[in-house]
Amino acid sequence: MPTYKAPIDDIKFVLHEVLDIEKLATLPGYEEATADLIDHVLEEGAKFCENEVVPLNQVGDTVGCKYENGVVRTPPGFKEAYQHFAEQGWIGLAADPKYGGQGMPKLVNFVLEEVLCSANMAFSTYPGLSHGAYNAIEYWGSDELKDLYLPKLVDGTWSGTMCLTEPHCGTDLGLIRTKAVPNDDDSYKITGTKIFITAGEHDMTDNILHLVLARLPDAPEGIKGISLFLVPKFLPKQEGGDWVAGMRNGIACGSIEHKMGLHGSATCVMNLDEATGWLVGDPHKGMRAMFTMMNAARLGVALQGLSAGEASYQNALAYAKERIQGRSLTGTKHPDKAADPIIVHPDVRKNLLTMKAFAEGARAMSYWVGMEIDRGIKDPDPDARQEADDLVALMTPILKAYQTDMGFDCANIGMQILGGHGYIHEWGMEQFARDARIAMIYEGANGIQALDLVGRKLPQNMGRLLRRFFHPVDAFIKAHAKDPDLAEFIGPLTKSFAKLQQVTAWIAQKGLKNPDEAGAASTDYLRIFALVGLAYMWARMVKAARAKLGNGANGNAAFYDSKVKTAQFFYARQLPQVNALATQAMSGAASLMALEEAAF
Amino acid sequence: MEIKQAAVIGAGVMGSGIAAHLANAGIPVKLLDIVPDGASNRNVIAEGAVQKLLKADPAPLMSKRVAKRITPGNTEDHLDTLGDCDWIIEAVLENPAIKQDLYGRLEKVKKAGAVVSSNTSTIPLEVLVDGRSDAFKSDFMVTHFFNPPRYMRLLEIVAGPDTRPEAVEAISAFADIRLGKGVVPCKDTPGFIANRIGTYWITAAVNDAIAQGLTVEEADLVVGRPMGIPKTGVFGLIDLVGLDLMPHVAKSLLATLPAEDAFRGIYAEHPLLSKMIADGYTGRKGKGGFYRLNKTNGARVKESIDLQTGAYAPSQKARLSSVDAAKKGGLRALCEAEDKAGRYAWSVLSKTLSYAASLVPAISDTVAGVDEAMRLGYNWKFGPFELIDQLGADWLIARLEAEGQPVPDLLRTAAGRSFYRITDGRIEYLTVDGAYATLERPEGVLLLADIKRVAEPIVANGSAALWDVGDGVTCFEFRAKMNTLDDQVMELLGKALKITAKDYKAMVVYNEGSNFSVGANLGLALFAVNIAMWPQIDQLIKGGQDTYKALKYAPFPVVGAPSGMALGGGCEILLHCDAVQAHAETYTGLVEVGVGVVPGWGGCKEMILRHMSNPRRAGGPMPALTQVFQTIGTAQVAKSALEAQEMLFFLPDRSGVTMNRDRLLADAKARALALADGYEAPKPPEEIRLPGSTAKMAMQLAVDGLAQQGKATPHDVVVSDALGDVLSGGDTDITETVTEEQLLKLERQAFLSLLRTPGTLARVEHMLTTGKPLRN
Repeated sequence: MPTYKAPIDDIKFVLHEVLDIEKLATLPGYEEATADLIDHVLEEGAKFCENEVVPLNQVGDTVGCKYENGVVRTPPGFKEAYQHFAEQGWIGLAADPKYGGQGMPKLVNFVLEEVLCSANMAFSTYPGLSHGAYNAIEYWGSDELKDLYLPKLVDGTWSGTMCLTEPHCGTDLGLIRTKAVPNDDDSYKITGTKIFITAGEHDMTDNILHLVLARLPDAPEGIKGISLFLVPKFLPKQEGGDWVAGMRNGIACGSIEHKMGLHGSATCVMNLDEATGWLVGDPHKGMRAMFTMMNAARLGVALQGLSAGEASYQNALAYAKERIQGRSLTGTKHPDKAADPIIVHPDVRKNLLTMKAFAEGARAMSYWVGMEIDRGIKDPDPDARQEADDLVALMTPILKAYQTDMGFDCANIGMQILGGHGYIHEWGMEQFARDARIAMIYEGANGIQALDLVGRKLPQNMGRLLRRFFHPVDAFIKAHAKDPDLAEFIGPLTKSFAKLQQVTAWIAQKGLKNPDEAGAASTDYLRIFALVGLAYMWARMVKAARAKLGNGANGNAAFYDSKVKTAQFFYARQLPQVNALATQAMSGAASLMALEEAAF
Repeated sequence: MEIKQAAVIGAGVMGSGIAAHLANAGIPVKLLDIVPDGASNRNVIAEGAVQKLLKADPAPLMSKRVAKRITPGNTEDHLDTLGDCDWIIEAVLENPAIKQDLYGRLEKVKKAGAVVSSNTSTIPLEVLVDGRSDAFKSDFMVTHFFNPPRYMRLLEIVAGPDTRPEAVEAISAFADIRLGKGVVPCKDTPGFIANRIGTYWITAAVNDAIAQGLTVEEADLVVGRPMGIPKTGVFGLIDLVGLDLMPHVAKSLLATLPAEDAFRGIYAEHPLLSKMIADGYTGRKGKGGFYRLNKTNGARVKESIDLQTGAYAPSQKARLSSVDAAKKGGLRALCEAEDKAGRYAWSVLSKTLSYAASLVPAISDTVAGVDEAMRLGYNWKFGPFELIDQLGADWLIARLEAEGQPVPDLLRTAAGRSFYRITDGRIEYLTVDGAYATLERPEGVLLLADIKRVAEPIVANGSAALWDVGDGVTCFEFRAKMNTLDDQVMELLGKALKITAKDYKAMVVYNEGSNFSVGANLGLALFAVNIAMWPQIDQLIKGGQDTYKALKYAPFPVVGAPSGMALGGGCEILLHCDAVQAHAETYTGLVEVGVGVVPGWGGCKEMILRHMSNPRRAGGPMPALTQVFQTIGTAQVAKSALEAQEMLFFLPDRSGVTMNRDRLLADAKARALALADGYEAPKPPEEIRLPGSTAKMAMQLAVDGLAQQGKATPHDVVVSDALGDVLSGGDTDITETVTEEQLLKLERQAFLSLLRTPGTLARVEHMLTTGKPLRN
């Protein structure tokens, strides 16, 4: 049975010592989010996940969701755990107090999401989808919709979904066929079929709020003719001053999918037959509203990648320390045992460090972006908000694609460390791999993320988004050029940063003339970007760790020393990929486009 | 015959505009109009007209100073002073009796051989000269200018059967060389060429838009850019010239056109247009037209009229997929599209092109003359016969036949071929007898376009090229989009200087884009800044400085030959040339502060040098520096070559003005060759003394004052501060000398420091995304 402990020390290190989360409390509305309170909240959240959610991970996989006559039963224990989770206020942790939320920074919720996903990725999808729905309604919905539905999402009695995909269209939502026809009042009748709807039907809440993309009768063709609607499973009715689930609406689950993994999460076909819904945002502006959900969701998925890496690392590490087999190449290390634990082997260590460096680096990078989300919402200076929004927009595809690629890689590597035991169900490692695989696909396949990066984020406002990454990194390099703490890191950081600049300029120049050039370079480029981002975060972590080491380290020298050594590993064995990737990226589109379609 | 003194009679919009343009050309001109009843000032009309000239926008005068060349007067007291005039232009009311009476009086006072011409657009020449002496008739012709006379290049000239050919030649040559006009000989037929076809086109376009249910936006989108017609299309054009003019022109045409003319078949009085005119909706000069700006409630909303109901509603940008498709598929794809845009395009084009083809040779001996008239008189990019070539004569004939439409004889002549073809690099056009004739360029016209047809560049890249333009002269051509300047331009310019030094005598910097250059490629620069490629940016600035400096000190003369906009880096290159031969319509300035930077390619340095060494400057360095500070600090743009000379962007003793765009290259080349004999490269200035911090303080004080009055924005102050650092000479004082290199370094420092401010980056980004300056 797999285990998981929230890496609270690592989390705190990033929040307090690298990112200085105390700064958030200076933003209006976050005055109460002090460091102490945040630590306390996270420790409680971690406890809940470890005690109530981790034990459900394997049963969720083996039993899975069951579909019968339009009803979906979630795996044993899920419903109770969800209710406790909701009752304790975790769903509304970062929601507006106006709607019953706790009003904590989004970053705090980010951390909770990471921990929850590591504990049980399938379980995490239910509150995760509610967050997406909450964001869309809060940002685009009318006051009426907000007042009615948001408190229900916040207290968790109702949950949410995103209904975008249809049988014939996923990435290209301009092809959507689901129709919305106005009723006499301000509602609409919506008819169509949606597929791959996560948490589309389940038994954990009284009601489910579906956010559905559909086309109005007078809609322009394509992507500019899509509108967003709120379609509840049960039409709300008032009862004793409260809204409760009333009459059944014309939306039902037709079946659930049989998947490679993530069995505890219901993936539904939703049939809409003149279901009543209400417009969220303006007519034909559904894509804009959809991206509000989507961007948050993409970062959520990026965290799933990180979570998978962390969970795989913890379990593989435990095994590598316990499993004794053979002897070290350089002579016996544990003469008291029949054999040395396999952690003595360089290659096993390489695998472990790959996972460790990824999880810790990606955590820092994710939280950095998470903190910018908060600045983007709360900073009183509009220019500062714009800067923060720019950085989040830029980094979203990078985090989503790189971290889910690596999350799966780590799950795979973790399996390898357990050998045959990794391949059998009992140890849980193969489940991590199966669960993690979907994150590379949903919320925009990783290839699409790379296209988003080179096609939209790069050229946007003549590269303004890029400035939000390149300028701070450039400034950091200059500021620490002679910093003895970073002596061994600044050189490689400078070089990889220069490579990133070079490839960026190359894509901008070539892509302008021939978009295929940008497309051909995109996935390699995204990875270069991510690696340089991680190198930057690792340099900042080293800076923070060495500051502590030089200052007594609070008696925890091993912890900070481990940060420095992991950074050294990253710089020696991950960052150099930048060179090969840059060569590949700048080799041009010809090698991909030369072969005639018919010759494949 | 040389024209040294001219007169214009009739000080209305056209008459005064023609007088202004003669003054622009350096000709003293008498401007006469009638004495209004009971006027105390008998010259009041002509004097008022000159005052209006000084205020009008776009300016009819190339410099306020040239207004002095216009002497206002009246037709009662001053007609007998016209004895010294070589050319008298009549631009009075379109009334034969009034004109005839005036000619009778002129006949008595004009000197022998002086030309009298009428600017009439509607009255046949034979009517005008009725009753005049043979001598008068031999000196008389129609010279039909287009409004506004400074800017519209077409001049239609009609000679009568008795007109002396030498008189026509003299006026044609003068109009071409001195006034910069494209002269098209016309026959004495109603509306001559451009208005005959233009009025037909407008009428057809309006009729069909109404009949086929297009909005004004949709119509203008179709009969605009896709046909090479200005984006005002048809309704925007009518708003511009005035709705009330249309029935006026149409009626005068109907009065004189042949009975079988196709215009009679399509002309209709639309109740909507009549009502608009009656209600004062006469276009931009009135309460509005097909479009209007509704300024109620403090908001400015662009509105357009519904052609069916006559109601105004907020203007909706037209989106017609077939128009987008035409960008790739061309005009024929548009005409073949089966939507309303396709139908409309075809109906307007087929009518207009057939009409034009049916009028040759009746209105013009050649198709080339017709095309030239429509290009220069209506700003069409292609004349009707060039448009037929785009569609294909055979395709057009087949479709007209298929629809049972008549096919003009001339169009049949083109069957199986085209109206234009290139033979041995020369353009030939189809004559009415079915043979091809070479399109001859007048003496003194040298076009790069012609050279390109027969030669390859000496060296070229994506942003620039170097051409051999004969007689040992090279021509450096910008060729990037909008002729922006980037590292590739600098790289090629460096090569061009070496090649020219080795194998040639002189170089001109010239191109045939609509603008000489709008300055540095900001997009590339901003992208590089955004990804923090500071060394590359530094290199971009340093590279430009080094290249321009090499140009300045090259061992051969370099003549800059701008036309259109020469802004920022495009102005800076001219500052480094030995001489400038500018097209009169050159708009130049150092506008860098608009995007939050300072001139960085030697522009500050050169402006300091020329102002400090200006013999006419006031004492001490400050007045000169203050002038430069104002010129650069407020991004002043000279709106003509003459203004550029006044503002010292072009040094008066080292620059010349060419009025005719087509003659610019030849004039620049001649100037370069004149300099090449015994040429010595300039010596670096021996002594530049600048005041340093005291000057900086004075400049700062001035800007602070402006900021307090709300005339300078916060970032203006930042930019001005950096500009002050450069112009004051930096860390120096008047007892020390500074070198050009030091000034260039100051430019670089100021430029780079500004690029690191968010205010400047926001300005650059705003300019690139909206095309407008950001006032932050």
